[in-house]
Amino acid sequence: MNWVELSIDQVRAGLAAGEFSAVELAEQALRFAEAENPKTNAYLHFCPERALASARRVDEKLARGEDPGPLAGVPVAVKDVILTRGVRTTCASRLLEHYIPPYDATAVVRLEQAGGVIIGKTNCDEFAMGSSNENSAFGPVRNPVDLERVPGGSSGGSAAAVAQGTAVVALGSDTGGSIRQPASFCGVVGVTPTYGRVSRYGLTAFASSLDHIGPFARNVKDAATLLEVIAGRDEKDATSAFAPVPRYTEQLDGSVKGMRVGLPKEYFAGLSNETGELLWKAAGVLKELGCEVFEISLPHTEYAIACYYIICTAEASSNLARYDGVRYTTRSAEGGTLTEMYRKTRGEGFGAECKRRIMLGTYVLSAGYYDAYYLKAQRVRTLIYQDFLRAFEQVDAVVAPVSPFPAFKLGEKMDDPLEMYLSDIYTITGSLAGIPCMSVPCGKTTGGLPVGMQILARHFAEADMLRLGAAYERAAGAGA
Amino acid sequence: MKITEQEVRYVAALANLSLSDDEVRKLAKDLDEILTHVDKLNELDTSGVEPMAQVLYDAEETATLREDVEQPTISNAEAMANAPLASAGYFKVPKVIER
Repeated sequence: MNWVELSIDQVRAGLAAGEFSAVELAEQALRFAEAENPKTNAYLHFCPERALASARRVDEKLARGEDPGPLAGVPVAVKDVILTRGVRTTCASRLLEHYIPPYDATAVVRLEQAGGVIIGKTNCDEFAMGSSNENSAFGPVRNPVDLERVPGGSSGGSAAAVAQGTAVVALGSDTGGSIRQPASFCGVVGVTPTYGRVSRYGLTAFASSLDHIGPFARNVKDAATLLEVIAGRDEKDATSAFAPVPRYTEQLDGSVKGMRVGLPKEYFAGLSNETGELLWKAAGVLKELGCEVFEISLPHTEYAIACYYIICTAEASSNLARYDGVRYTTRSAEGGTLTEMYRKTRGEGFGAECKRRIMLGTYVLSAGYYDAYYLKAQRVRTLIYQDFLRAFEQVDAVVAPVSPFPAFKLGEKMDDPLEMYLSDIYTITGSLAGIPCMSVPCGKTTGGLPVGMQILARHFAEADMLRLGAAYERAAGAGA
Repeated sequence: MKITEQEVRYVAALANLSLSDDEVRKLAKDLDEILTHVDKLNELDTSGVEPMAQVLYDAEETATLREDVEQPTISNAEAMANAPLASAGYFKVPKVIER
């Protein structure tokens, strides 16, 4: 089996031709993933029983002549902030080291109903807070492209698993770039859908107004297939959208001739390194495909980091209040009063980045600061949102970098949290606006490090975004 | 200085977070840098701009009321299964009321 090239189409063809059964594929995939994992630490744990049960259901359906679903037999990795009933879900935190969820996330239910085979849970930054995967309580993930470098974060394990070939597709979560940035660092496709497009039910809450679940894949079509399966209204998430889910996969071959593509000048100014060169080259490919490519302006871009780190930490400080030693598995062994128990449990359990964000969030929400920080940030969020609405009057898609630089070395940026936050500049704006965004590989630096091109589209215009991504991929070659 | 070590300790108490002296010193420095950056927002005049708490987009009927029908939910035993300390179907915590 050529694991690093295996696609959903190949799995389907192999099952149909009887080259392997779903159970055989699952067994092989588990063996391969378990053998490869020590290199990258992409998986925190595997779930062979669950994988084989899913695979058996697929084989039974095939034997009865039933349609086993669009993901039949496909090995899938799931970020360990997404709940899996009966399978440990740690959020890469000591606090949830032994937590076994009593229910499944809706995205998990849907992908298994579609025949997907979850083989394991992937590593990430603790509670999805970070841009390098170095904030995991269970050790960092290494980038399969260069093991001395980070895979990006926070969904670093999911990106690394797909890049390494230990999963065909994966689920990640994105609050300010946690799917797109690791996808770009590892050279795979990562999609953050419109806010509300995929149910957040069963996604451990970080910043509820910004959290998304989305797919990783090695090509745009596989990402579109997984998105199609998990998207759609869910009664269990009041913010999930009613809008019908188009058949994204049927529109991928369409022409992009005449599509208007905007390059925001604020994103390209100062991008003079190889990342910039590769982006300009990719924009040239879009022109050759017949797109009208021109400069646009998103004037409030420079305020996005400040806006985002107020809103996300405020929401995080509320959401993480629940980990207090009462309901979720871990309680400080030291005795004391109830309040002392809360404080010691949280002080011992949370890592440095979570503490930093809880503190910042508590500060900006505290008496006397709420208006100056939190409310101010919410008003600036409106301005950033309006920037995009105005841009989409002129263009059908926005093309931008994902990260100012490719994958950096482990440890390189850990001492300066502000610098780490500032590197999220290109992904945060789309998150604040709630629009769909994706990262598509657009080449490698001379040092061999992958770079991603970001495509952003109107709310619920995933079909346009994916079509442009697929057209670029065909022109430039998958994994460019 | 945007934030002192004393304020860090106050905020930590609000957040129910025990911190070591080292952590307090480091957080005072980190938060100071971040809050200084965040001051950038004051360059913008936002009077008359509505705050955005959620992503709002044009969509059809989004009222999320559904029929109120009884549905199975997580059992008490399942809900208690992850408790660090439980008995008789309740979460146990250190005593909060003194006789």
